[in-house]
Amino acid sequence: MEEYKIVEIKEDIRSRNNEQAKQIKKDLAEKKIFYLNVMASPGSGKTTLIVQLVNRLKDKFRIGIIEADIDSDVDAKTIAEQTGVKVMQMHTGGACHITCQMSWEALLELGLDDVDFVILENIGNLVCPAEFDTGATQNLVLLSVPEGDDKPLKYPLMFEVASVVALTKLDVAPAFDFDIERAKKNIAYRNKDAKVFVTSAVKQEGVDELCDYLTEQITKTIRI
Amino acid sequence: MHELGIVMNVIEQVDNVAAESKVEKVTKVIMEIGEVSTVIPDLFTDAFNWAKKKTNYLKDAELELIILEGMTYCRDCKGTYRTVEFAKKCPHCGSMNTYLVTGDEIKIKSIEVV
Ligand SMILES: Nc1nc2c(ncn2[C@@H]2O[C@H](COP(=O)(O)OP(=O)(O)O)[C@@H](O)[C@H]2O)c(=O)[nH]1
Ligand SMILES: [Mg+2]
Ligand SMILES: [Zn+2]
Ligand SMILES: [Zn+2]
Repeated sequence: MEEYKIVEIKEDIRSRNNEQAKQIKKDLAEKKIFYLNVMASPGSGKTTLIVQLVNRLKDKFRIGIIEADIDSDVDAKTIAEQTGVKVMQMHTGGACHITCQMSWEALLELGLDDVDFVILENIGNLVCPAEFDTGATQNLVLLSVPEGDDKPLKYPLMFEVASVVALTKLDVAPAFDFDIERAKKNIAYRNKDAKVFVTSAVKQEGVDELCDYLTEQITKTIRI
Repeated sequence: MHELGIVMNVIEQVDNVAAESKVEKVTKVIMEIGEVSTVIPDLFTDAFNWAKKKTNYLKDAELELIILEGMTYCRDCKGTYRTVEFAKKCPHCGSMNTYLVTGDEIKIKSIEVV
């Protein structure tokens, strides 16, 4: 029989990810960069909202976007055309979440010398992206009206890690039994500190308020 | 599939360790997986066996999974219980003031190399 040797590793995948995330947060804070991780289900309006946020904020901050969510028709190129800021497309190979390592490599590829606000459009999924800290300064979680106001109860961790939640597609609320107050209550049950914004990209409602919040947060990070 | 992303992580890490320790190949990877870690053992094993073909050192590696029980502790009555059966609500006193003690591990324990 072949002789074998045992090598102890004893490393937890998520603990390692969390360690790396701490390091990224530290590095970004030193570089005075605000890194926003946008998470939600597929089709909940991430790309649409990001384009609207960027177009409102691009005169105030130098912005970069990392696209991890591969959308068949709206890819990095389209977003770049719609906003004029730099966008990098990650190659995730159909993965369901991105790890901190992937996040860091994407940041380096995007280039950190000429940005103060980086937005990551994470992979459309309400489960595992929440378990893998990307090193972001804050997490923005979207919940769209057609998904239902009970989602914070069904996907607790996603709403626990959110600093800010945007309810999206409020223009279609009449067609669904979506109750804004119930949604807010369910979010607060998971995370009483999460700020909630009620938005419609189509009607351009609530987006300015979310921009004001982000401006305040970004300013805190980059002016210290 | 969620498992594949994690398998890629594991494989990359093991491949690096193998390269650093100058071994010929890895024959076994032993992992501890918690019952409530979000990893489904069968899917994980399938993903591992698919992904190992593309590595330098793990082509012939076998995967051994040690499943760790999910246990939750109740701060109010100081009791413990099985997480899989009762989730966040303590079956002894009904409290929700509980936390997971073990069961969310996705841990590379050791590898066997030649
Ligand atoms: N009615 C309505 N549709 C929206 C709104 N925001 C996005 N959509 C639509 O929802 C679909 C998915 O949006 P997208 O931004 O690509 O979602 P993503 O997959 O999360 O990036 C597109 O057809 C958008 O036009 C909104 O505020 N109201
Ligand atoms: Mg998108
Ligand atoms: Zn995943
Ligand atoms: Zn109890």
